[in-house]
Amino acid sequence: MDLKDKLISSFMAFENNVDVEHPVHDVRMAAIKNFEEKGFPSKKEEAWKYTSLNNIQKIDFSIFPKEDNALEYKDVKRYFIHEIDTYKIVFVDGIYSSYLSETTHDGVDICLMSAALTKPMYKQVIDVYFNKIASKDESLTSLNTAFSREGAYIYIPQNKMPKKPIEILHFSTGNEASLLLQPRNLIVVEENAEVQIIERHQSLTTNEVLTNAVTEIFAAKSAIVDFYKIQNDAPTASLIDNTYIDQKDKSHVKVHTFSFGGKLTRNNLNFYQNGEFIDSTMKGVTILGEKQHVDHHTLVHHIEPNCESHQDYKGIYGDSSTGVFNGKIIVDKIAQKTNAFQQNNNILISDKASINTKPQLEIFADDVKCSHGCTIGQLDEDALFYLQSRGIPQKEARALLMYAFANNVLSSVRIPELKTRINKLIAKKLGVNLGFDL
Amino acid sequence: MLKIKDLHANVDDKEILKGINLEVKAGEVHAIMGPNGSGKSTLASVIAGNEHFEVTQGSIELSGEDLEEVSPEERAHKGVFLSFQYPVEIPGVSVTNFMKTAINESRKAKGLEDMPAKDMLKLIREKSELLEIDRKFLSRSLNEGFSGGEKKRNEIFQMAMLEPKVAILDETDSGLDIDALRIVASGVNKLKSKDNAVILITHYQRLLEYIVPDFVHVLHNGKIVKSGGKELALELEEKGYDWLKQETAV
Repeated sequence: MDLKDKLISSFMAFENNVDVEHPVHDVRMAAIKNFEEKGFPSKKEEAWKYTSLNNIQKIDFSIFPKEDNALEYKDVKRYFIHEIDTYKIVFVDGIYSSYLSETTHDGVDICLMSAALTKPMYKQVIDVYFNKIASKDESLTSLNTAFSREGAYIYIPQNKMPKKPIEILHFSTGNEASLLLQPRNLIVVEENAEVQIIERHQSLTTNEVLTNAVTEIFAAKSAIVDFYKIQNDAPTASLIDNTYIDQKDKSHVKVHTFSFGGKLTRNNLNFYQNGEFIDSTMKGVTILGEKQHVDHHTLVHHIEPNCESHQDYKGIYGDSSTGVFNGKIIVDKIAQKTNAFQQNNNILISDKASINTKPQLEIFADDVKCSHGCTIGQLDEDALFYLQSRGIPQKEARALLMYAFANNVLSSVRIPELKTRINKLIAKKLGVNLGFDL
Repeated sequence: MLKIKDLHANVDDKEILKGINLEVKAGEVHAIMGPNGSGKSTLASVIAGNEHFEVTQGSIELSGEDLEEVSPEERAHKGVFLSFQYPVEIPGVSVTNFMKTAINESRKAKGLEDMPAKDMLKLIREKSELLEIDRKFLSRSLNEGFSGGEKKRNEIFQMAMLEPKVAILDETDSGLDIDALRIVASGVNKLKSKDNAVILITHYQRLLEYIVPDFVHVLHNGKIVKSGGKELALELEEKGYDWLKQETAV
């Protein structure tokens, strides 16, 4: 049985364990129907031209994991930003770990999707927001919606800000030979509220893991959202991340994506600007080696006038790694005075590495500023000579320059301890031993 | 200390240096002057080992050792320093961390342990005071957003930290106001000793009022066409370079 058939037949088993009377179940049923019609995307589709899911579909994934996976904090501490105090929503093999988590209902709700989808007190928020910005057409999003049951639920009321950043962590323990995870997150940030979220998927063994995640973020008027995605997973872990962001007037949303590992990573990052004076920022650092593959597909839809979007993605590709950057910007006819900037710079450090980069601009308004630039190059020889002339050997000098190239994106990271951690990950990934602590 | 014999160098098959002869002894200051495009900066780059230039003939020796097969970083370890006309910006790496890396790489090449952090801090403090550099400046990203003057001062700070045998200052005076020039020159003068040498590459005589050379050489069309004492610089200032061009044409 192929993976698609297995998923469809598993849906019935899934229904035995959820409340089929709940309105959300109608949403699930519509979603599985869409997935059944469309199936997994193939390379024939333009959006999947450079990323093939063929090999992944050959794997016999477990869809319902065993529930007895205990992890000790000391064994996974290093995956947390443990230098600072944070709220934590932690899942082990897709199952919520109350032992590793720290949730709250103190003025804000930082808790579980499973609770939000079943308890009456959350019904109003679920009715208004659940599956409202996520695509009902895209098949993998539908697949996630069909099986949506668990994930992070974050609700920040008007004028509130949680006392500390929130970490969402997904561990997989290798209890299954191969495991499919489908976390579903809902994040609602009301007017003038603010939140900082760090998300990470981490496989702890070399068993196969596929995560097909969907996150919906709603930023109301003047809300501020900083979302950091750390993608540094094991070489047998694949991730399809579908993030949908709805922004209202004067809201600021920044998403940083740090892609340093994993087997196959696909990021579908979609911003919808449903208001004026909105700022949307997407930044990415991708550093790959071996046969790793990362595909960044961004979309910014400028629906109203006077908004800005900023995209800055840097990539360094070594060995036989491959990358994709596809940045789509749509400016509607009424969205005058739009400022949309997009930048994608890449360095290839191996003859076998490759990157496909493509800006895709659809501009229907006439009074806009849109710029895009993509570069694929090698390191600046003058800069290299400068460092060497100070006694820094060529290998270290190269690493240092790549470090500087990537590091440039980090200026907008607002959690200093996270910035330090990312700096160290970049240095480690590039093999920079600078003899000083970054 | 530094002996350059019949040095020819090309860039993209075009000959820029056409037979340079120059000997610089320990304790000496040499100034190399000349019009734009005469090959001054190329000479500086070639001494420092820039592989963009191809040495086709002749040799460079440092303390008796031929530098032909020696990489730029090894030249630095052996005591060659080039103060760049256009220092490169390195975002994300502070001046302090950059210097720590440079010094410890040089020590590693000599088989020494890393410099203890305490000694490093003391050295940084001493040398930054010498160039009147503010502490805050040292934690900024290397050359990023620095003014022209700050870049040059930072170059000489690096020179002070690395204590080279032969320091080549390429147009260090350009872009400096008079106060910055005085600070930079006084820094260089304090670093000067009987055991090291300085080569000043400059367009103007202005810098030479502060750092007084023992010898002045005029470079024209890839060759040293005239050498003399410090008074030659004054003569050039007065007459410009045209008379030299005519003289050499004859």
